[in-house]
Amino acid sequence: MTDAVGLSETSRKNRLGSLGAYLLLVLAAGIMLLPMFWMVSTAFKLFSDTFRIPPMWIPPYLSLANFKRVFTVVPFGPMMFNSVKVATLGSLGQVISCTLGGYAVARMRFVGRQPLFLIILATMMVPYQVVMIPIFIIMKNLGWVNSHNALIVPAFLGGAFGIFLMRQFFLTLPNELEDAARIDGANPMQVFLYVILPLARPALTALAALSFTAFWNDLLTPLIYLSKMELMTMPVGISFFKGLHSTEWNLLMAAALLNITPAAVIFLLTQRQLISGIALSSGIKG
Amino acid sequence: MPFRRMPRHLVIENLWAFGFLALSLIGLVILTLGPILVSFYLSFTDWDALGAPNLVGLRNFIALAHDKTFFRALWNTIYYTLVSVPAGMIISLALAMALNRSLRGIGLFRTLFMIPVISSTVATALLWGLMLDPYIGLVNYLLQLAHLPTSGWLTDTRMAMPAIILMSVWKGLGYNMVLFLAGLQGIPQELREAARIDGANVWNEFVHITLPMLSPTTFFVLVISIISSFQVFDQTWVLTKGGPQESTITLVYYVYQTGFQQLRMGYASAIAYVLFFITLIVVMLQWVTQRRWVFYQ
Repeated sequence: MTDAVGLSETSRKNRLGSLGAYLLLVLAAGIMLLPMFWMVSTAFKLFSDTFRIPPMWIPPYLSLANFKRVFTVVPFGPMMFNSVKVATLGSLGQVISCTLGGYAVARMRFVGRQPLFLIILATMMVPYQVVMIPIFIIMKNLGWVNSHNALIVPAFLGGAFGIFLMRQFFLTLPNELEDAARIDGANPMQVFLYVILPLARPALTALAALSFTAFWNDLLTPLIYLSKMELMTMPVGISFFKGLHSTEWNLLMAAALLNITPAAVIFLLTQRQLISGIALSSGIKG
Repeated sequence: MPFRRMPRHLVIENLWAFGFLALSLIGLVILTLGPILVSFYLSFTDWDALGAPNLVGLRNFIALAHDKTFFRALWNTIYYTLVSVPAGMIISLALAMALNRSLRGIGLFRTLFMIPVISSTVATALLWGLMLDPYIGLVNYLLQLAHLPTSGWLTDTRMAMPAIILMSVWKGLGYNMVLFLAGLQGIPQELREAARIDGANVWNEFVHITLPMLSPTTFFVLVISIISSFQVFDQTWVLTKGGPQESTITLVYYVYQTGFQQLRMGYASAIAYVLFFITLIVVMLQWVTQRRWVFYQ
């Protein structure tokens, strides 16, 4: 029981706290956004205007010349296509393999389930650099150096983060649904496809969006496997681009903006699922 | 759960389960467990990516002990981790606490803070290359306006690593913030109310309720932040190529350089294994010490 005085006291404190929180958030948002604003502003500037001091905050014109030039200086169109291809197929692979694996670990009974799950969890600690050279040897023997297969095929073979994320989600579903379907004579694959998957749409969206972004943004793996300009994905292409035009910031910012925009759009469309997916992945209690 | 242990059922259930797991198991063996063994073997060889690997015993590791660049990379990685992890965690916790209330427009802030997270490191690093440019960058311009000392940032051996840390903290804040926010929302409101009725002030509430209740999240954020900061690469690749004068070379950068640019795959495997070993030790230490400060409900 709270009396009237106590109540107004708390609500006053709450309001003060909220004001402080608001101020902190506005300040932080300003700091977070200023660089992003600067990227957009610079991407539309003429070269000569990038040197101005004091800086030109908003160019009085909207020059699309930088965006056009990005496509002529390097094969940016093919690079975009490569990124779309790798990220789409890569996230498809992750969704298929991690959903199946995560479901088995969460819901099916089999010999060695607990040890296997712990091993998968433990592999999250293994730095990619430890396995990168042996995987390179495999890819080389398969003739997949300078081939997108080196990036796409491994995506179909699971991964600790995705399996863990899907497992955490499947554990939240009630058992009764599967039991009912099983009594009706459905086999595990039918249960999975017709009962579980329709319920798993939020988790599938989160996994798809997270892995699309990861493939879209990946630098190291494409850097190792793709040396031909026409095969490169955007991050590698842009980083080479920087070596060639290191002071043409307007051009570089246009390229960076073109790289960020699709990921940002996907994020905006899926943010509710994506954010709860990230939160779900922290349920390390197991 | 009562479960009828009929052998045939069990066999069939196992078969189904391993069917579901087939892709993941192949990946686990071919892409993780196998390679861990192979690179362990390679770290004792002189393999140059072309000929056959020759066993050279501990020669790579002995060479590492005398390799100045390796120690530079090791120190830089530790420096990066020691600064960026606490800074990133404290700021993102503060932001999450500010966000953890029902105010108008709160969702918008969360979205804004996530934009750098989903942007590629390559693009955001380029952006910070411009921001930190000594002559035309906004950072020096704003410092000048405020009559503060400016810097050469990425061109200055002392300031290059702090500049990269600044960029990385800026980029990663949103991710940790989302995790902290989820943790904060899991703290029962009754606990706070009970504390307030008992006369706890804001600070008491933070120290005695928020921090202990949040500790599983804090633990998780700490572990993944450390693991990922041990693997920092993209920023230095785009901005400094490890320079100036190796001031931003990191372990992963050095693995890439020796392995894929100089084709000293054996030596690169040895460096990677040192990285692996350090990661294992740090994670184990965290597991062991977590009992003292992590409270599960």
